[in-house]
Amino acid sequence: MDLLEYQGKQLLADAGVPTPAGDHANTVDDAVAVADRIGYPVAIKAQVQVGGRGKAGGIKVAGNSEEAREHASGILGMDIKGHTVLRLWIEPAAEIAAEFYASFTGMVSAEGGVEIEEVAAANPDAIARVHIDPMLGFHPYHATNLVYRGGIPAEHRRGVSEVLTQMFAAFESLDAELLEVNPLIVTTSGDVVALDAKVTLDENAEFRQELERFREIFATDPQERAAKEKGLNYIKLQGQVGVIGNGAGLVMSTLDVVAQAGGKAANFLDVGGGASAEFIANSLEVVSSDPQVKSILVNIFGGITRGEEVANGIVAALDEVDIPQPIVVRLDGTNAAEGRQILGDNPKPNLHSATTMLEAAAEAVRLAQGA
Amino acid sequence: MAIYVDANTKVVVSGLTGKEGRFHALRNRAYGTQVVAGVTPGKGGQDVEGIPVFDTIAEAVKETGANTSLVFVPPRFATDACYEAADANVDLIVCITEGIPVHDEAPLYSYLRYRDVPMIGPNCPGVLTPGVANVGIMPTEIATPGRVGLVSRSGTLTYQVVHELTQKGIGQSTCVGIGGDPFIGQFHIDVARRFNDDPDTDAIVMIGEIGGDEEERCAAFIAAHVDKPVFGYVAGFEAPPGKKMGHAGAIISGSKGTAQAKAEALEEAGVAVGRNPSEVAELAAARM
Repeated sequence: MDLLEYQGKQLLADAGVPTPAGDHANTVDDAVAVADRIGYPVAIKAQVQVGGRGKAGGIKVAGNSEEAREHASGILGMDIKGHTVLRLWIEPAAEIAAEFYASFTGMVSAEGGVEIEEVAAANPDAIARVHIDPMLGFHPYHATNLVYRGGIPAEHRRGVSEVLTQMFAAFESLDAELLEVNPLIVTTSGDVVALDAKVTLDENAEFRQELERFREIFATDPQERAAKEKGLNYIKLQGQVGVIGNGAGLVMSTLDVVAQAGGKAANFLDVGGGASAEFIANSLEVVSSDPQVKSILVNIFGGITRGEEVANGIVAALDEVDIPQPIVVRLDGTNAAEGRQILGDNPKPNLHSATTMLEAAAEAVRLAQGA
Repeated sequence: MAIYVDANTKVVVSGLTGKEGRFHALRNRAYGTQVVAGVTPGKGGQDVEGIPVFDTIAEAVKETGANTSLVFVPPRFATDACYEAADANVDLIVCITEGIPVHDEAPLYSYLRYRDVPMIGPNCPGVLTPGVANVGIMPTEIATPGRVGLVSRSGTLTYQVVHELTQKGIGQSTCVGIGGDPFIGQFHIDVARRFNDDPDTDAIVMIGEIGGDEEERCAAFIAAHVDKPVFGYVAGFEAPPGKKMGHAGAIISGSKGTAQAKAEALEEAGVAVGRNPSEVAELAAARM
């Protein structure tokens, strides 16, 4: 689960990491009110779950109310790499003396505030990495190695070491998959402050973490929203062939095969293991509701998933929901024969079956292009 | 012979009395696997269709001579079962459980490496040596005994390739599903090493997917150490960056972990890479 910057910063602050005090706003008026309350200059920052906001113009400094209004209205609604900005974070503009990058699993660099991959490519020596054995945890020598090898100036080594230790404690206690601060700054008054936070939490740890509070549905795409509400593992793509399959590897492979057949997949949808008929019907409904989808490819290789459940789901979906697109079904594995029998006994004008994955992909692409 | 699982494998199932554990353990036994014990604390002394249940793995090992642990317990208890199995001195752990927190998997990985106990999974379909033993959830009817070893992170993609190999008359020595999580006990490289040393394996089919750098590291290992023919396939050419494609480990981070880079690394190592599951099966069939 990718958190927004301000959510990550609040968790870091709870762990003792110094972060700027600020507030969030969903409208221009609220943003200006927050900025007025904080006092100028302020930084107005787009809250989206994607990197590269600064370069995209999603972070601006305002010196007064007029500028705050101008920047807030410019940033709200802006598209950053496919993410629409629906929320802003406003905080006091920092007086930066030095910037670094810090991330667990651990990296520290003397070039903060830029995309770390570019640094890694252009100047690999600027990045210090240490391997932390999870049985051992983060020890002082790890911090020492990072600050010396990462080129942190002598006067900031103690402060940065302390923050790295706090960050690792937060990384573990929050069940974070990623905890990245870019930039980690030293202010002109010498304080070490996390000016940004990119935190990804592990949803598998939900039984011991409070994740519900972060579970706002930010998806503006109607299919992604519907899929999240129904608990489907769905990712929107750009093509015309809707794809439903079981197992991450097989679905990824299906996207590739559709492309090789001359088409493009409209989505990734993995129904996982042991999908019920209802789950299959929900999946078909969500994929079918996408106006860019011209045909649907269902590719199932049963292990735990059983062929007759898939077939029953398809028949139920076609009975209950109006699915205008042609559907190509390929069933193999556990109880595939029973599944094919059920589909054969319930003929529908838009239901096609194929015996192999390649044939199914070719047929789905042909139908999408003929539509 | 074969790798990990053979005629001498004796399985103790953690979670045998649960729905999934019972279903698959009985299927494994029906296939001919020696499923000798189950473990559920508090249910020691019971049995599941003749398979005795013990309170601890240590007791099960002592009483039955079990040497392989198969774990079906829910995610929050699964790593505990794996530590218990390692401390009971089994030779192999196969952990099917999906959904274990990363911060539980990481120290387990570390511990098992120190103890030198191989683990397949977590979040995997298990290990199938066709005609001999099945430890896990793979459908057995698609496989046939033979001399091609197969390793994959993905369950259903394994089934797809095994199915295509079988249809082309190519049997398998062992099929290993190593799991889709970032921290797994055995990586492609560990399995490739065993296949290379296995006298009953003539060729290796390796199926990768986006995310991490495992396939690249395995490619370097193949170039340096593997003398048997290797056939490869990588899924996820169409995957967009920054999106987790179903598996926790399947994510392109920035420019890292793309299918293209992995396929190229394998090709440079002399691996014949197919563009889809059918093509990799054809490449293998043409050579065998």
